[in-house]
Amino acid sequence: MAVEMRIALRNYGKVDPNKIEDYLSRGGYEALKKALTMDRAELIDQVKKSKLKGRGGASFNCGQKWSFAYNVDADQKYVICNADEGEPGTYKDRLIMEGDPHTLIEGMAIAAYAVGATEGIVYLRGEYPELVELLRQAVAQAEAKELLGNFKLSVHIGAGAYVCGEETALIESLEGQRGEPRFKPPYPPVSGLWGKPTIVNNVETLAVIPEIILKGADWFSSIGDPEFPGTKVLTLSGDVKNRTFFEVPTDVTLRDVVFELGGGIRSDKKFKAVQVGGTSGAFIPESQLDTTIGHTKMALIGATLGSGAVFVLDDSRDLVDINFQITKFFEHESCGKCTPCREGTMRMRELVEKVNCGQGKAADLDLITKLARVMSTASLCGLGQTATAPVTSTLKHFSTEYAAKLKE
Amino acid sequence: MGYKEILQNYADSPSNLLEAFHAIQDEYSYLPEEAIIAAADCFGVPAAEAFGVATFYSMFSIRKRGKNVIRICESAPCHIDGAADVVAALEKELGIKMGESTPDGNFALEFAQCVGQCQATPVLTINRKPYLNVTPASVPTILAEYR
Ligand SMILES: Cc1cc2nc3c(=O)[nH]c(=O)nc-3n(C[C@H](O)[C@H](O)[C@H](O)COP(=O)(O)O)c2cc1C
Ligand code: FES
Repeated sequence: MAVEMRIALRNYGKVDPNKIEDYLSRGGYEALKKALTMDRAELIDQVKKSKLKGRGGASFNCGQKWSFAYNVDADQKYVICNADEGEPGTYKDRLIMEGDPHTLIEGMAIAAYAVGATEGIVYLRGEYPELVELLRQAVAQAEAKELLGNFKLSVHIGAGAYVCGEETALIESLEGQRGEPRFKPPYPPVSGLWGKPTIVNNVETLAVIPEIILKGADWFSSIGDPEFPGTKVLTLSGDVKNRTFFEVPTDVTLRDVVFELGGGIRSDKKFKAVQVGGTSGAFIPESQLDTTIGHTKMALIGATLGSGAVFVLDDSRDLVDINFQITKFFEHESCGKCTPCREGTMRMRELVEKVNCGQGKAADLDLITKLARVMSTASLCGLGQTATAPVTSTLKHFSTEYAAKLKE
Repeated sequence: MGYKEILQNYADSPSNLLEAFHAIQDEYSYLPEEAIIAAADCFGVPAAEAFGVATFYSMFSIRKRGKNVIRICESAPCHIDGAADVVAALEKELGIKMGESTPDGNFALEFAQCVGQCQATPVLTINRKPYLNVTPASVPTILAEYR
């Protein structure tokens, strides 16, 4: 039996997001007060020990990232919240921010103290205009109550570019440039915004920080999958009965997510596949639904947890057509900086379109596989590297669908 | 407000370029060439760079377009839930094709990628305000608000 457990969304629906008093009455900003009494190294150690891994998709150990920035001497450091949420099927960061903006602000203030930053920026996607004012109002309220000390927090908005979710592209965008990823290293914790040490964390990662500080690293690391502990906010879309969100411990199975929490398929049809982690995630067949959602377990079946998007498809769906739509997405969103991604996403779209139109040959499927290998190996950033997962996973698990569309 | 005045509000940091462009678009619905050149001046960057930014982000348009920008999400969750039918209804109702603007200059019609409302597909936005669970039948009512 899958049971919800809310950490990032602990205040969702329980506080008025316009009122800091509500947040305070539920223990808000107590974690920040506690953190400020702690030694910085000790604070970072706690976050490391909690084994909190980034909830933005790449699953990097949060405390470790902080320690890199902490260890660099600089006159200025930055904490950036990645609120670009562009992965199709994902709406969890919006929920956290619209339900409880202060938890994000508190998490950022703690991160800033830990690494020694005095400036924070929320990079908010341009598609969420109503959240700009809500967040700015919340910052003003926290400042008026003198909760943030010398920490300055501002909100910047994007303008519709999926690649700006990639942390170095995001930083370029914040510098008023085209959102093209940088070559790495150096990584942002060493040299990020304006060349200064910068940590970039996802909204959900930052939202759980206050609870980890208050309840302790051991409490957090004992929840869910020991290799990827804690909870994850999942957002359901597609042919599932309950198209809504759930925050669950990381040891629930995909089957429980789809059939228990999700209520199963919405029509009288049957389950065909679920794509987890957004449009760059793999499609997973029925036979692998007993996998638990933690990042490491998902990797074992060639999938990811990613952003936590759960896109469910019934057996009437045409996976080749859906993949054609997905390849169009990546062709459109590739920034064009590196050749494997710029040319690859375009050729991939061409090939999948050809098969989808009934013009493809068996050799085209081989070419797709080869091209996917080149793109995933040679692309500069995660966009080109993961763009091929939907196609390769469906070729693997649902090859008959492609075969059925081939020309003779 | 003219673009020169708008730019003054953002001049203090190059970080503000995107926000300045949003503000100009709120006024003009697109980024006029003179405004981009003025922005380059204001932020102390080459005009080519300002154009580079203006053309990189999908929400910005350097072509004149209708005042109310309708964007329909075509990402997979909206796609399988009938986005194409909504596109057809919009094209019919407005008498234009995707990527075009109505001759009276009131509407522009564009594709968007996921706008983060996938619990209620298909989704469209008008001037960034989302409309959820859109059906071909609900299109005229939605448009009526802007006519
Ligand atoms: C193409 C691309 C898009 C991404 N989009 C997002 C996003 O929308 N939100 C996010 O938090 N991370 C996104 N990421 C991951 C970020 O680069 C980065 O790993 C993350 O913000 C780090 O935060 P975390 O460790 O707290 O997860 C994206 C990565 C790539 C390659
Ligand atoms: S897929 Fe259309 S709003 Fe998310």
